[in-house]
Amino acid sequence: MNRRVLLLVPFAATVVAGGGFLAMLKREQEGTFDPRGVPSMLIGKRVPPFALPADAGSLAGGFSDTDLTGRPIVVNFFASWCVPCMEEAEVLMGLKQAGVPLYGIAYKDKQAGTAAFLAKHGNPYARIGRDDAGLTGIDWGITGVPETYLVDKTGVVRWRFVGPLPAEVAAGDLKRQLQAYA
Amino acid sequence: MRVFKFAVAALLACQLLAAPAFAIGDPSEALPDPAQEARAVAIGQQLRCLVCQNESIEDSGAELARDLRKLVRQHVAAGESNEQVTAWLVARYGNFVRLRPPFAAATWLLWASPVLALIAGICIVYLARRPLPPSPLSEAEQDRLRKILEQ
Repeated sequence: MNRRVLLLVPFAATVVAGGGFLAMLKREQEGTFDPRGVPSMLIGKRVPPFALPADAGSLAGGFSDTDLTGRPIVVNFFASWCVPCMEEAEVLMGLKQAGVPLYGIAYKDKQAGTAAFLAKHGNPYARIGRDDAGLTGIDWGITGVPETYLVDKTGVVRWRFVGPLPAEVAAGDLKRQLQAYA
Repeated sequence: MRVFKFAVAALLACQLLAAPAFAIGDPSEALPDPAQEARAVAIGQQLRCLVCQNESIEDSGAELARDLRKLVRQHVAAGESNEQVTAWLVARYGNFVRLRPPFAAATWLLWASPVLALIAGICIVYLARRPLPPSPLSEAEQDRLRKILEQ
């Protein structure tokens, strides 16, 4: 009897492991699980202090952490050298048209590069700050560009998306968060 | 002779492949104080590059890793302890940035797994090596036993 139970152990272990992997694959497909994802330390915390100089393309100067209050603001790290940033440009323009306040941070970019990028893909940003040394990016804990954050009206980070923002996420998750923290 | 030449070529190729392990250490990045530089290297070797993920920031050629190496050196030069420098990075990137995760509620299973595996192995060996219980007597044997007892 004991031996027969023992024989079932490898089989049961395989079933459990297989079920686990299946759940991981499913959640990966849905986009709720990313095995390479690094969870943001900023969620639920105040924006780290910073003061970025204005980019030439900025309509209302540069900005600092104290500017991210009063209303929910979407902050987008981008760079002209970043290929996925071109991919999300259209989605960001859509957010601008929908009236979402969007601030841009040009991460480790050159002035001329940023200008050419905005001329080609459009400028969705109400303000653009330049993070030439990339230190503000590290304070936010970014692992690359693009990354998109939602800062609520009290200056607390509520949401983050890594990689080019898909239209479905902009219309789904981000929109819901914007409504929740309006 | 040809075999020898091939062996030499293979050896040289291996050395070329091994070289990048030392190539990242750009001398212009190093701190002037060798003791501080050694500390910075020791700290950096325990920090994960967020781009390559399975490399330390000391081994990675990624731009972000270079920036982090520079920051680690700035903090070391400012007189911070190894723990302070690591904590500074953990505050931004979480425990994920540590190549050696700390013992915590989320990681106890990870750290306990070698001991648990050993206990499971001992249990399996013990159960597998226990002698089988004797099989029940066949009818012929029971007949014989009855006859013996009746005598």
